[in-house]
Amino acid sequence: MSDPMRIRAVLTGDKVDVKILMGHVMETGQRKDADGNVVPAHYIVKVTASCNGREVLDADWGPSVSKNPYLAFRFKGAAKGDKLKVTWTDTAGESRSDEVAIA
Amino acid sequence: MGRWLACLGLAAALVSGAARAADATEQALDEYRDMFGDENPAELWELRGQALWTEKRGPRQADLTACDLGLGPGVVAGAYAQLPRWFDDTGRVEDLEMRLVTCITRLQGYSEAEVLARRFGDGDKKSDLEALSVYIAKASSGQPVNIPLRHSAEQRAYALGEAAFFYRAGPHDFACATCHGDNGKRIRLQAMNKLSDAEGARRSYTQIPAYRTSQGEVRTIGWRLYDCFRQQRLPELRFGSEVAVGLSLYLARNAEGGVMAAPSIKR
Repeated sequence: MSDPMRIRAVLTGDKVDVKILMGHVMETGQRKDADGNVVPAHYIVKVTASCNGREVLDADWGPSVSKNPYLAFRFKGAAKGDKLKVTWTDTAGESRSDEVAIA
Repeated sequence: MGRWLACLGLAAALVSGAARAADATEQALDEYRDMFGDENPAELWELRGQALWTEKRGPRQADLTACDLGLGPGVVAGAYAQLPRWFDDTGRVEDLEMRLVTCITRLQGYSEAEVLARRFGDGDKKSDLEALSVYIAKASSGQPVNIPLRHSAEQRAYALGEAAFFYRAGPHDFACATCHGDNGKRIRLQAMNKLSDAEGARRSYTQIPAYRTSQGEVRTIGWRLYDCFRQQRLPELRFGSEVAVGLSLYLARNAEGGVMAAPSIKR
């Protein structure tokens, strides 16, 4: 099972500052292990964020994003206490969602 | 005479040029660390460690909140800054990781072999010890390292650690002091501190456990010592052995008064 994301969402002025840490191996599929076998690709392909059901971010990712990725972005039009939900989906079809209240 | 002075001037310029280059490298590294700010991926380990501390697990279905890290059962805040230390119940000096092994085996009923088999995490193969270590070390962040060496066994462990630090061995005739015996040295981009001195020991010791960007893993003092032995081409440093605990006690004591700032982020 995947680890929970660490999400911070803070309202400053009219914008919400979002910082997300995700726990993921982000294997590119280009590496070989000690025995010379290719380590199969396993990385996040989609990240979405929604605030009170309204989509605020939709990102397509590839293998060049680092292990345990860090993502920061800002968006407008939310109030304190609103729920921000972040979801990622990876090449194995696994997905994880976490939700925080905007502070 | 004039030529002499010119030569000296040139030499001085070269020396200060080299110093500037080293400073610039250090500054670039500091900027790199600053870019992460509060967002250290070690937080993911901290979250997992916190969950592992309170989750009922193992053959006995127990959590770890009865674990005594030296300040009383269940006290986590400030405990790491006062480890390694003597424990009456096991009759030996233990560092954080060995203390966790003691608690996990006694409270939860896992075998020591089971716990140690995954002492170092690697991708999907996650280490409970590393996650718990980050959680507990973070709860000492901002606290001064305090190793009074009151018990005679602690003094013996310190003496053993000191002897091991300066002991030259292996195919390269290396000791810990070979690389860590002087300030201002670097291996690739990593600054080497003089760990026998308070100043250098504080700079290094207070930063561990740390997230290693190049490995995508959190590493503890136990791993650091293990890997230092490997790099010196010495026989494997047994986890939790007297030498391993002695060395971490030696480093901790030397760093006394330094303010804990773990988990940090490294290359």
